[in-house]
Amino acid sequence: MDSHAVATGALYGYRNQKSSSTNNFFESSVTLETFLFYTLGAVSVGSALMMVTRRSPVMSALYLILNFFALGGLYLSLHAQFIAFIQILVYAGAIMVLFVFVIMLLNLGDEKKLNERFSWKKIVGAGLSFGVLMELIFVFAFSKANLPPSHFEKATDIGTVENIGMQLFTTFLFPFEVTSVLLLAAIVGAVVLAKKKLN
Amino acid sequence: MGSLLLISVIKFVAYVSIVLVTVIMLVYAERRVSAFIQNRLGPNRVGPWGLFQALVDVVKLLLKEDIVPKNAYKPVHDLAPIISIAVALSTFAVIPFGNTIELFGTQVKLMIADVNVGILYLLSITSLGVYGVTLAGWSSNNKYSLLGGLRSSAQLISYELSMGLSIIGVLMVCGTLRLDQIVLHQTTYLWGWLPAWNIFLQPVAFFTFFIAAFAETNRLPFDLPEAEPELVGGYHTEYTGLKFGLFFLAEYANMFTAGAVITTLFLGGWHLPYAEYLGLSPTMLSILQVLTFCVKLVLVELFFIVVRWTIPRFRYDQLMNIGWKVMLPLTLANVLVTGAVMLLIQ
Repeated sequence: MDSHAVATGALYGYRNQKSSSTNNFFESSVTLETFLFYTLGAVSVGSALMMVTRRSPVMSALYLILNFFALGGLYLSLHAQFIAFIQILVYAGAIMVLFVFVIMLLNLGDEKKLNERFSWKKIVGAGLSFGVLMELIFVFAFSKANLPPSHFEKATDIGTVENIGMQLFTTFLFPFEVTSVLLLAAIVGAVVLAKKKLN
Repeated sequence: MGSLLLISVIKFVAYVSIVLVTVIMLVYAERRVSAFIQNRLGPNRVGPWGLFQALVDVVKLLLKEDIVPKNAYKPVHDLAPIISIAVALSTFAVIPFGNTIELFGTQVKLMIADVNVGILYLLSITSLGVYGVTLAGWSSNNKYSLLGGLRSSAQLISYELSMGLSIIGVLMVCGTLRLDQIVLHQTTYLWGWLPAWNIFLQPVAFFTFFIAAFAETNRLPFDLPEAEPELVGGYHTEYTGLKFGLFFLAEYANMFTAGAVITTLFLGGWHLPYAEYLGLSPTMLSILQVLTFCVKLVLVELFFIVVRWTIPRFRYDQLMNIGWKVMLPLTLANVLVTGAVMLLIQ
């Protein structure tokens, strides 16, 4: 099973549709799309690892930005232009700017190495990550979950702004509105916390 | 397929050379206009009317020694100007500078990349420009640079919101994210005579977008990241030679792109009113439209320059107050009013 095709299906809830000419990496010759998928995948995994292992907080933040870019590229290769650019606009362009801003404002130095060799934290962490890895492998390789069929004729139609807007304001209106109320509550909370005196 | 590739290559080479030359000429224009405003002559020795002064300055920057401070973090110190210039140059890719023109027997759209989420591309790429400035400030390990970088990120975050929200008004009127479609929408006429440019349909959005563009390009009255009296040179204090030159170039490239975006979104892009009735051949009309785009762009840039040399710099608290308490409510109200009016007209 080609993980790309499966990932496409899992993300948009459709199966048995040829989203692209590339179905099996090992059977067909390497096309541009598979090449892009594996390059971007490698960049995203690599930058994620670098982000966790860097000691300087600013460098961690920079690798996280690189990671968002690779994810944006992956979304683009799945014909999800809207999500791709929103990913870069919101995460790389706004949220990470705030992160970098705060890191610089606090002028954080490098993280110090922990002295403890064995701790229960490490064991639990390793166990949890192993579990998540197993789960992912199971989902992508063995699971025969029945995903609902897609409403769209062509795979390229799914990620357009028009279709996402339609779905958001019809099928998914309730979760959409609930999210907006939650965000409003968060904004009010932030203002209350930041303001020292409420007159 | 072969001709498509050829057309892309031609477009790309033309684009890079035009942008670089124009940006260098912008520097010259700025110096001459500022001299005119301050009752001086400005550069007038190198070449006719001093036209080659900016080119000579580029050569000077190329030949200068590149100094990296001892305590600077070198990889990021090198990366920052690259981010700045890359972002500044890549935003122009989705701007349509003409309608279509016939080349090698095919209709070619006069834009580098026809992206169906053009505006989102523009917004997301411009939002990345802040990293160049912020990282330059941080990696220099200098208090003035750091303050400049911090100011820049705070300023850009504040004004990006108003920028995005002013564009929403335009999107509601035009109903598309494609920049060429937005220009096409503006080629119609209101009441049979007034060109339906978005500046007439969305005057408030035009106003707020223009102000936000000043803030996003770090131009006076919003140039707090590099305010000389307080911060020496701001984020690029510790930069010399070509790396400083890249920041310099990026600033003018940003201005160029901001002008192009304003022209496209609000001033009708390449549309020359009533030119359709002149009875020109399609090729002539296309060339005329490209020229129209250039003239509009030059006028916007001149306005940018004149404003820089006329208005004093804001204080930091004034900057934040304008961004959050004036611009943001104004743009939100504009979206609301636009929606209400569109409902009424329907």
